[in-house]
Amino acid sequence: MKKNSPWAGVYMALVLVLLYLPILVVVLFSFNSNPGRTANFQFEGFSMQWYENLFDPITGYGQALMNSLSIAFWSVLLSAVIGTLGAIGLARRPVRKSVLGKAGAAALSLGEQLAVLPIMIPEIILGIAFMALFTALKMSFGMVTLVLSHITFCVPYIFITVKGRLATLDPGLEEAARDLGASPLRALTTVTLPLALPAVISGCLLAFAMSMDDFVISFFVNGPTTTTLPLKVYSSVKVGVPPHVNALCTVMLVAVFFLVGMGQLLQARAERRRLKSVKADS
Amino acid sequence: MPVAERQALLSLRDLHKVFDTQEALSGVSLDVYEGEFLTLLGPSGCGKTTTLRIIAGLEMPSRGVVLLNGEDITSLPPEKRQVNTVFQNYALFPHMNVEKNIAYGLRMRGASRQEMKEATEKMLQLVQLEGYGKRQPSQLSGGQRQRVAIARSLVLSPRILLLDEPLGALDLQLRRQMQQELKRMQQSLGITFIYITHDQEEALGMSDRIALMRDGRFVQVGSPEALYEKPETAFAASFIGETNLLHGRAAAVRDDGVLMDVGGITLPADSDLWISLGDPLCLSIRAERLYMSAAPVKEPCQVSGILTESRYAGGERVCVIRLPDGQVLKSRHPTEGEVPCVVGDKVCLWWHQASAVIVRDDLEAAS
Amino acid sequence: MKRPVHRREAMAIPMAVYAALFVGVSLMYIIGLSFLTRGEGFTASPPVSPHNYERIASPIYLRSLLLSLRLAGLTALFCLLIGYPFAYFMAKARPKARTWILLLVIVPFWTNALIRIYGWKILFSASGPINQAILALGLVERPLKLLYTDFAVLVGMVYAMIPFMVLPVYSAAERLDWSVVEAARDLGANPIKAFFTVVVPMTMPGILAGLVLTFIPSIGLFFLSDLLGGSNTMLWGNMVHNELLKSRDLPFAAALSVVLLALTGLVILLYRKRGGSAETMVF
Repeated sequence: MKKNSPWAGVYMALVLVLLYLPILVVVLFSFNSNPGRTANFQFEGFSMQWYENLFDPITGYGQALMNSLSIAFWSVLLSAVIGTLGAIGLARRPVRKSVLGKAGAAALSLGEQLAVLPIMIPEIILGIAFMALFTALKMSFGMVTLVLSHITFCVPYIFITVKGRLATLDPGLEEAARDLGASPLRALTTVTLPLALPAVISGCLLAFAMSMDDFVISFFVNGPTTTTLPLKVYSSVKVGVPPHVNALCTVMLVAVFFLVGMGQLLQARAERRRLKSVKADS
Repeated sequence: MPVAERQALLSLRDLHKVFDTQEALSGVSLDVYEGEFLTLLGPSGCGKTTTLRIIAGLEMPSRGVVLLNGEDITSLPPEKRQVNTVFQNYALFPHMNVEKNIAYGLRMRGASRQEMKEATEKMLQLVQLEGYGKRQPSQLSGGQRQRVAIARSLVLSPRILLLDEPLGALDLQLRRQMQQELKRMQQSLGITFIYITHDQEEALGMSDRIALMRDGRFVQVGSPEALYEKPETAFAASFIGETNLLHGRAAAVRDDGVLMDVGGITLPADSDLWISLGDPLCLSIRAERLYMSAAPVKEPCQVSGILTESRYAGGERVCVIRLPDGQVLKSRHPTEGEVPCVVGDKVCLWWHQASAVIVRDDLEAAS
Repeated sequence: MKRPVHRREAMAIPMAVYAALFVGVSLMYIIGLSFLTRGEGFTASPPVSPHNYERIASPIYLRSLLLSLRLAGLTALFCLLIGYPFAYFMAKARPKARTWILLLVIVPFWTNALIRIYGWKILFSASGPINQAILALGLVERPLKLLYTDFAVLVGMVYAMIPFMVLPVYSAAERLDWSVVEAARDLGANPIKAFFTVVVPMTMPGILAGLVLTFIPSIGLFFLSDLLGGSNTMLWGNMVHNELLKSRDLPFAAALSVVLLALTGLVILLYRKRGGSAETMVF
């Protein structure tokens, strides 16, 4: 019963091809010798010229990449702390009696609802809201406003992933730790946190990807010197046909495939080692 | 040595526990003695796990006191109690290997590496898992996990080891084997065990004493023999072993017992209960303590009825007999030297007066 | 262990405070702004009146709203039609193949959405690969106009949103107990009937999450219609964007966003009513 017909494979392959088609086109065109200043998308010959001066200061791509990376780094770091703490605090709710009292517990529930809202509403709303808020607070737009807004949508990814993991954890594990002499804090650090760590990491990776990829919110809260990569790409694409963009995209693609491949390889190796140790024992 | 003369190691005094609006425990009191194997037995939801968790410190009683060695530990957190638990699903730490699991408690106490290593070795030996120290819990069988869980608790030399249905997840054969092993360990280490089960056979075979629970209360506490031979209530009689409950009224009250009227038949019975003439009575007779004959016999305790069912079950035969007043009795007889009776025959059932006991009927009230 | 968990709640305070400040306060703030009037430069000032909303109730804006909703609806629908079978087959594939397909679906996620949309722009352009191919085959005489059409916008939207349908449906289908499907077959359902009476209802949480996840963002993705639709497609997101950056009318842009927020709220409310939660929206 649980078996696919060959047509299912054909269908999946077709969808995947469509999924990768635009990406492949971009990769192909990154080697196009056609300068493409006019809206001419013909492939005219192989060339590496767009790679050679990709990170030339004049293009601004290098700076944009650095901006994006540092915004993503700080946003994810801070979100990881806020989101993981939040997940630990709210994992086994509702509790019978809250330390914060009835009103405090209700406020916390409202806070939780608000914290996950950013991934459910269109980004443009938050973009405008942040822009208006920062203007009203007379904050100058730049790194700080970008990081503050990115945290808002990074937190829910980490919070939900970690909370989901904590919910599947056997509550008996922490009880067992307490029973064996661990204080509440040590039970948390020696049992719960190590077990939640994979979820923290995968939540962070997801949040990192979202931060690197965010265009809409950054569009509204960026400053004159903090153009992020998506913003840079948008302005290039908007005004004309930027051949550098193709090269940049290809570089990023290779980086992503390299990282994902490494991850898979490491995982496979750990698995093999585990299986080997089982065999050696028996 | 009579139990009552010793000082209790653990005392529960009138424990109450209310969850939301539901009362899980309503007045539980019990003394547990040094070196004892005590079993909390009862159907699911009777409050036995709650009692255990209160002893472990994982739950606070709504009311009542827990004393360990005469010291009030009611509000002491679990990590400060010399009591350890073997959890129902073992609760082994999945991110630590067997060794680290076992050494966890010592690590929390700040033991040295050397101490931990030695103690872990010793424990692995005790539970017969030498050489398994580097395995992950996921690489162990159910029985092996069970042993690790026990070793992890015993390494701390607790005053009391609490076991919450530790064999529940194992198959029958492994279960039998682990029962013997647990009993052996308990006797050789001399540690007090408080053991939870809902399996009456397990309770009868392992315990020094059984505390039978129902609806958040102890129904009866005593040795396995006492619970089986002299159940005080209809619930106790029917939860442990198989029994027949014969309903009737007190026809006469005498010094040495009562005469009971069951649908016109008068039966003598022993009783320690306070009974007045005309009271409704409930008589418990074990199925295997009934004898069957084709014709009436010269015994004071006998009833006759129609054999409505007769089933061969290997070493014994299970029979069902319907009495004239509609009550039904189930009996078990050795298949060797069987009485030749067939379904539809009129038969006579008899028993020794001492093997039947008048019990308080607490089943009607519940249903 | 009841008591420590109580104390642990306090650890969620930073998150609650942060969310209250940046999500709660900022949303309240634009709701307030939407009732004010455009002031000097980039400011807003009294009088307080619903005039911005009266302006929205005019045909131009209502048409744009309807257009946006229609496009978002179509996007969600096509994502379901294409993504559901994909996710279903994926859940039925062998575990090893499954991991790889999942990776292949996720990797594009990691590359910039703008760049991927830009790939479509190349594909659709008059001199791009698609037109060259059909010209070479002699199917048409002159290049087709593909770029800057509603069709291009729809393709781009479905393309950008489809992982958000595949992933929740997949995680629902993966948890499916296949013996239930076998039971349905055993009880006389043919494969198609078994699919619609057992598999679809059991994966409904995933479908609902997928629909919400593809529908809501589609209303606000102004850059997508910018790149593939040009100035022909004025979606709600583009309206908001234009009012803010071209007309610099903050209160009116706020009012437009509040309408969008209300629509989103309505969708989420419906979703919650059907038993959906935020948790199923992250995988």
